[in-house]
Amino acid sequence: MFDTLKMKLWQKNQFIPDIQNAPMRTAFRGLPKLDNSKCNNCGECAKICPTGALNVNPLSIDLGKCTLCGKCKRFCENHAIDFTNYYKLGADKREKLIITEEMTPEEYNKKAIEIRKEIYSIFNRSIKFRQVSAGGCNGCEMELNAAGNANFDMGRFGIDFVASARHADGIVVTGPISKNMAYALEDCYKSCPDPKVVVLCGACAISGGIFQNSQELNREFIDKYKIDLYIPGCPTHPLTFINAVLDFIRKK
Amino acid sequence: MNYYTIKNNQRINLLDIPTLELDALRARLAASNLRPLSFFGCDWGENVKLFVALADDEKGEILLTSSLINKNIKEYESITKDNPQYHMFEREFYEQFNIEPKGHPWLKPVRKNQDDYKFFEMEGEATHQVAVGPIHAGVIEPGHFRFMCQGEKVYNLEIMLGYQHRGCEDLMVKNPSNQLAESICGDSVIAYNMAYSQIMEELSDTKISTKAKLIRRIALEMERCAIHIGDMGAILGDIAYLMGKEVYAVTRTLVINTMLEISGSRFGRGLITFGGVNFDIDKEMSDKIISVLDGVKKTVNKMTKAVFKSATVMSRFEKTGTVSRETAQELNLVGLMGRACGLELDSRFDFCDEFYKDFERKPFKATNDAYSRFRIRYKETIDSISYIKKLLNKLENYKDEEIKVEAKNLIPNSFALSIVEGWRGELVHIATTDETGKLTRYKIKDPSFNNWYGLSMAVRGNGISDFPLCNKGFDLSYCGFDL
Ligand code: SF4
Ligand code: SF4
Repeated sequence: MFDTLKMKLWQKNQFIPDIQNAPMRTAFRGLPKLDNSKCNNCGECAKICPTGALNVNPLSIDLGKCTLCGKCKRFCENHAIDFTNYYKLGADKREKLIITEEMTPEEYNKKAIEIRKEIYSIFNRSIKFRQVSAGGCNGCEMELNAAGNANFDMGRFGIDFVASARHADGIVVTGPISKNMAYALEDCYKSCPDPKVVVLCGACAISGGIFQNSQELNREFIDKYKIDLYIPGCPTHPLTFINAVLDFIRKK
Repeated sequence: MNYYTIKNNQRINLLDIPTLELDALRARLAASNLRPLSFFGCDWGENVKLFVALADDEKGEILLTSSLINKNIKEYESITKDNPQYHMFEREFYEQFNIEPKGHPWLKPVRKNQDDYKFFEMEGEATHQVAVGPIHAGVIEPGHFRFMCQGEKVYNLEIMLGYQHRGCEDLMVKNPSNQLAESICGDSVIAYNMAYSQIMEELSDTKISTKAKLIRRIALEMERCAIHIGDMGAILGDIAYLMGKEVYAVTRTLVINTMLEISGSRFGRGLITFGGVNFDIDKEMSDKIISVLDGVKKTVNKMTKAVFKSATVMSRFEKTGTVSRETAQELNLVGLMGRACGLELDSRFDFCDEFYKDFERKPFKATNDAYSRFRIRYKETIDSISYIKKLLNKLENYKDEEIKVEAKNLIPNSFALSIVEGWRGELVHIATTDETGKLTRYKIKDPSFNNWYGLSMAVRGNGISDFPLCNKGFDLSYCGFDL
């Protein structure tokens, strides 16, 4: 008992105080930074990208597909492609995830997630999710778990994962949606009381990611239901997730 | 000659592997006391070729053999009847090639779970079933657990998997990449990517620098360290010892954030590549890793001491979910869980390479229960930290080497095998190429493939409320199994 308490003193406070401005290590690969003036349109980077996220003339990277692997950056000898450590990557529309040269962090931040009045009035600053892993590799799942730990502690903002769809305001999907999980996913969605939201978390969930050409997927769910929030990454960093949700439920 | 003997990470000509008659092969495997590493089929024109790799752990050798089976042949005598170590392999082979192992005691689907799956049934007074999943209460991967209970007591647990199946082996053949290898099982990024890269390097005879090899092993041990610490926390979370849960969780953060500084990803994605590694560890980074790990070690030591002194924790740990050494051996449990049950299996040392041969293989006194499964994680965390330091020291001597060399083309008609001891245990990747040097088969065996059945055995006779504790102790991979 005393040892346990002593541990508490030894550990002190571990939480990140200002989650919306939390510093990020410079090595982190976040929002791409593209420079068309350096690009000679050779198109080779688009060929080596494992997920087909990259296009040239003009340069663009689809964060819905991109695994932020950094291969294109290393490959391009003209240094036309780079990544900032900007981690607030969530967006409310699929199209917004296509990043072009103009998209600086400030620009992206302004447009990516728009205020929806009804979200605030329904959920009133607190939102509970049911998480469904549908072929997720446990990368996104581990990061979502980490979002609740003592460092990130999303519970203090009213964001939580709950143990039943019946208690949830929406679902968070990870993974490319395998055929074998398609039924369970839809079932879970239907069990969730209205009104509800759907969040796609990770490149896999948003586009199939690295698994997009697999014969074993069934992504009908994505076309059938309205998606409210897209949160890129492979896996999605806890700060990316928490900030996207906070922006999504904000009042102003 | 019945077997062709190779070492870990070796390419051979496909034709070197002897081909036996199926009956002769069956008889040998049934009687052999070497454990199967891999047992899988491969489309071979009119035929199916069955490859088998056996492990001789004592000598550090791998024995290969095969059989050519005409597609008209629809059945053979099950090996499992005589040697239960093959039970999952035969089920998988049947599912993929429709050749039935006759007399297999539980020939159930492995990954095709949507057709109707027949669970074992039990009747009698006070018996009932509890169905859990595929979607679980927490944020974890999907799988279905069916408990046959008598009152509170679990009589049997049947685990139905396959929900995560994404066709990884096929994707690997069609479009192999480091990124795909990393995404097969996202908690073992380094292990998977290392196995894949080693296979490709063997198949193409690409020689990578010692520096790259060292950095890979440092990352592998860091991955082990991080996951073990996280798991210790998760185990305590499942018995509601929340201080422990949080302390381990934030300590793990320190390790993975260091990984982020090295590679740009908390799990080391993008670090390893076919031909070497993409990121260097310089002196400054090396010092940083050491200072972080020193801090981590201190906290883990302190916390673990407090855990072992806590009577409430120990009363949940001790004698919960035991699996005897004999059962573990019979089922061919491997890796961490094998060691927690007293099996001295560790492919880092059994199939030793130039780096691990200098390290001390510290013994572990297994008690086969939840306590054992917690303790082994603690032990291996501390061991890993000392290995990392030694590897970093060595790295100094190679600081002028390149981290990456150019990847070459694959050599035709080859077979290569790579075993990597990920944090869960031995991960086996095997690949073959055709006459043009294209991949024809990519076979993956995650340690979870062996170990899921161990979990079923662990919960037998225990209260159902101890299931989370047992499950977290095993912490097996769904996606590594389902592929
Ligand atoms: S970082 Fe993204 S765009 Fe670049 S190669 Fe990787 S997946 Fe493609
Ligand atoms: S997006 Fe990446 S980390 Fe997330 S489930 Fe897919 S492969 Fe795993």
